[in-house]
Amino acid sequence: MAEPTRPTPKKPTPKKQSGTSATGKTPVARPSATPVRRPAGTPATKPAAGREVGAPAQGYTSRMPGSTGLQAALAPVAGFGVTLANLFRPTVTEQYPSEKIPPKPRFHGRHQLNRYADGLEKCIGCELCAWACPADAIYVEAADNTPDEQYSPGERYGRVYQINYLRCILCGLCIEACPTRALTMTNDFELAGPTRAGLIWEKEDLLAPLRNGMLSSPHPMVEGTTDTDYYNGAVTGPTEQQEAWVTENRPDDPSLPANVAKGVPPAPRGETAQAQADLTAAAIRQGTR
Amino acid sequence: MTVTSSRTDAATPLVPQAPAAVPAVPAATVTFSIDGIETTVPKGTLVIRAAEELGIAIPRFCDHPLLAPVGACRQCLVEVWAPGRDGNLSKMPKPQPSCALEATPGMQVKTQHTSAEADKAQHGVMEFLLINHPLDCPVCDKGGECPLQNQAMSNGRATSRFIDVKRTYPKPINVSTQILLDRERCILCQRCTRFSEEVAGDPFIDLQMRGAVQQIGTFDTHVLDFAGEAPAGPATLDVSGKPFSSYFSGNTVQICPVGALTSAAYRFRSRPFDLVSTPSIAEHDSNGSAIRIDHRRGVVLRRQAGDDPAVNQEFITDKDRFAFTWQVAADRLTTPLVRRDGELEPVSWQEALDVAADGLAAAQRADGTAHGVAVLPGGRVTLEDAYAYSKFARTVLGTNDVDHRARPHSPEEEQFLGHAVAGRTLQVTFSDLASAPAVLLAGLEAEEEGGILFVRLRQAVRARKQRVLSVAPFATRGLERLSGTLLPAAPGTEAEVLDGLVAGSSDSLLSDAAAALTAPGAVVLVGERLAGAPGALSAALRLAERTGAKLAWVPRRAGERGAVEAGTLPGLLPGGRPVDDSAARVDLAAVWGVDSLPAERGRSLTEILAAAEAGLLGGLVVGGLELADLPDPAQARRALEAVPFVVSLEVRASEVTALADVVLPVAPPVEKAGTFVTWEGRPRPFPQALASHQMADHRVLDLLADALGEPLGLQTVAAVHAELDQLGGWDGARVPAPAVDAAQPPAVPDGSAVLATWHQLVDAGRLQTGEPFLAGTAKRPVARVSAATAAAAGVADGGSLTVATQAGSITLPVLVTDMPDRVVWLPTNSVGSAVRDALGADAGAVVRLSAAALDIVGGVTADATGEGVTA
Repeated sequence: MAEPTRPTPKKPTPKKQSGTSATGKTPVARPSATPVRRPAGTPATKPAAGREVGAPAQGYTSRMPGSTGLQAALAPVAGFGVTLANLFRPTVTEQYPSEKIPPKPRFHGRHQLNRYADGLEKCIGCELCAWACPADAIYVEAADNTPDEQYSPGERYGRVYQINYLRCILCGLCIEACPTRALTMTNDFELAGPTRAGLIWEKEDLLAPLRNGMLSSPHPMVEGTTDTDYYNGAVTGPTEQQEAWVTENRPDDPSLPANVAKGVPPAPRGETAQAQADLTAAAIRQGTR
Repeated sequence: MTVTSSRTDAATPLVPQAPAAVPAVPAATVTFSIDGIETTVPKGTLVIRAAEELGIAIPRFCDHPLLAPVGACRQCLVEVWAPGRDGNLSKMPKPQPSCALEATPGMQVKTQHTSAEADKAQHGVMEFLLINHPLDCPVCDKGGECPLQNQAMSNGRATSRFIDVKRTYPKPINVSTQILLDRERCILCQRCTRFSEEVAGDPFIDLQMRGAVQQIGTFDTHVLDFAGEAPAGPATLDVSGKPFSSYFSGNTVQICPVGALTSAAYRFRSRPFDLVSTPSIAEHDSNGSAIRIDHRRGVVLRRQAGDDPAVNQEFITDKDRFAFTWQVAADRLTTPLVRRDGELEPVSWQEALDVAADGLAAAQRADGTAHGVAVLPGGRVTLEDAYAYSKFARTVLGTNDVDHRARPHSPEEEQFLGHAVAGRTLQVTFSDLASAPAVLLAGLEAEEEGGILFVRLRQAVRARKQRVLSVAPFATRGLERLSGTLLPAAPGTEAEVLDGLVAGSSDSLLSDAAAALTAPGAVVLVGERLAGAPGALSAALRLAERTGAKLAWVPRRAGERGAVEAGTLPGLLPGGRPVDDSAARVDLAAVWGVDSLPAERGRSLTEILAAAEAGLLGGLVVGGLELADLPDPAQARRALEAVPFVVSLEVRASEVTALADVVLPVAPPVEKAGTFVTWEGRPRPFPQALASHQMADHRVLDLLADALGEPLGLQTVAAVHAELDQLGGWDGARVPAPAVDAAQPPAVPDGSAVLATWHQLVDAGRLQTGEPFLAGTAKRPVARVSAATAAAAGVADGGSLTVATQAGSITLPVLVTDMPDRVVWLPTNSVGSAVRDALGADAGAVVRLSAAALDIVGGVTADATGEGVTA
């Protein structure tokens, strides 16, 4: 059924060719690959520019057996068979955003900067993620931890951490490069927005939320531990000394157990992350049926 | 370009390039083969160097081309076959370190590329090195440019077999405020200790202990007998020692093949792949050291030594390396300012230029007593900027009142510069110093005022037993490290000592020194301080003539020599053309396309400021200079207040901008292209490192000249260079030699002393602000007197001495030194010792000494923030 309408580039017959050269026009075979202007008698030695690449020079003949009998009779409506059959199959369309179906567990979504069990940051600002990034989407500046401001175990922490989601291709090379497993990827895929600035996520946007009694950084390391102990999982939660330090230096910190008990709301998340969340929520409201 | 001269056949540019170095022809050669490739090298060549020449890479850590071979790390092991006594080729029983093995005839070397044995040996050594090396790469500053990282990848095992606990040390040790030592990262290659011992002569650190706990540590300075010169900043003491303190310690960070030595300033700041590197020239001294500026997103993060064998080799001073934050200091000027109702207000460039042009034109036209405009460019200018100042003064302002010398100076010095310095470039070079049998330093402290000059001298002293002589009040530790001979001279008596250097002198010290200087190739280096000693420069010229020694002038600031070549002196036009010479004026007027140039000799900086103070000057154009550096800062302040109209071209807000009527911001060296001229007269062009809207001085002067209706034609560096090339040198008569008699030394009453003073390399200079880690490595300011003088003043060693004049006083701890009696030495511009500002006096002046009422460290004028005055 498709045969007559398919614009197959066919080599014109000699008869047509002579006619073409006589009149200077191509009467019927519009989609012909034969150039229109050619001096009479010049054989078509090579395909002209603009011709379909790979089209056989000798014309095309299907090697598939043609349909016969009933099949041939139904051929004009055979395509509807697919449609009819699918009417009775279960639907695969996801009703996003009305229904949100979680992606597969290993889906490469937005990044997260993780914390150790006591709330210290895992990121040491080594920039290996930035080095590994094929899209140059990550920008890191490190700094010295000091006794007054200890953000991560050890000497070094990431002072500035930016991921530009306009550039990020979510390939995951950065999380493979991370030596402290500070950077991982979440399943969050809602990363679209109207502004460029809104897609550059800062450290406070990317940091994991405080869970299970974690104390927000900075605060000292657990006494008598090294960064290796942290890495090996020896630290399982904040100690009393750490709590006391935070109480002394930041009595209003919402992550302090006393403040949690008082019902102080948790620290707001990063500005960009919040804006993205608001934006996504609004878009979902608008798109929901 | 506005050049209308017909002169197109200029023989040489104003400051010609140094000729390319000619490789020396070796006396004897050796032919041998590496990996089957036969090569011929000079006798004495190390196998690893010959391999480099062939492009064969052998891994190495301890090897450094400028340090003696030591074979400490064993990473460069190769298989060696050599002809034995019987002439048969036989294999050495064990692999040999190629960095410590001289090539011999017929030797066959097989590197890891052709020998499985060498490869296995290198893998084994690498495995040993990594046993105790911590896996710090993610937090280590060297990560990404680390020879150990790279060679562990290229010549090491993919996986570790080591399963035990690594040796650890507490980390890091603050060897000084600037240098941090991480002992567990150290692979004991000894590059740092060899550098300290061989190059800098500061053996503050060395190997300690033995076996597995062998480590780099610090010495006890008391044992080494140079106690007293402690760093100003706090530093952790090692088990047995004192803090590491050196002007060259930053080099150990750069040559450390692992991250064991890191600098506090660059700690955790970035990764090599973040950095954009621009080659440049250091702006802190007149050596023109090659540096590399590493910057990230328009911020300079560090500076590394460049590699220039002719000048600084691969080393720079810590000041060149670490003092760069002044260029982004908080008081940077970004917009033009105009004074309205007593306050400086930001205005547009057009408005500022119009106001400046109106003011300068009015000052020139004024027919009262206060008329005329003078120009003070300062000593930090590039050649291009100095030339623009010179041309601006002569053509636009029509005056010879231009003087770049923002320091003590004299008419004798100007004559000396015109006679022996201007237009005589590259007559003494670093390579001449390297081959000189004897070098006399007069008014020049090689380490404090020369920086890398000291390193080059020390190299010659060590390599060829060069004799260093110094005319100074006392032997500094710098001179001791040069194994130098002191020719003692109280301040003001330098001329006497220089004239006393005659062969038949009764003083054996002086006759010996004179004999040493008559050897062919001997060099006399005079410092800028000699201008303060009347007759000394004349005596230096006489000495050079008498002994046949070559003479060179070594200023401190980077712009001084270029400014002399560009003629920013009242009696000197560009290229050493004397103002008094009508032929020179005509020659220059033709190139500049003006009818005539002012014929009258101009006024020096002191004369200009005196005239200004007396109300005889209509206006001033001031470049980058600090009033506190001038011979009389108090007079300078009064003068600037008295002048009706002041235009300041500055990078940062300063005392001058505070008194200026129009402030035009200019670019610091990192934001402009230009050329510094070294003390040798070697042009050192540098490109613009950072993108910037700021303009160089010559461009601003060009705009100002346009606004005044007298185009200067110096808009771009290329335009300036084209004009300099067209201008060329001067082959006519020079300024005659100065012949000033030595002044009689002043009478020194009881309770007084003659002041000796010079700058320390790291001090309270304005170009060192914003770098607390560097400031901590500065030498602690002390007052030096002899034991007798200290006793007379009633001060014990370590007590506090007050040095006073009419203007003020300075109180510093005393360090009793072997030096002439009734002489007191103070650092010129260290924290708490701003000599010119506080005392209003300079070297040679008579000052009163007294014991301080209270033993306080630091003077009454102490500037606790370190925000003092200039470099």
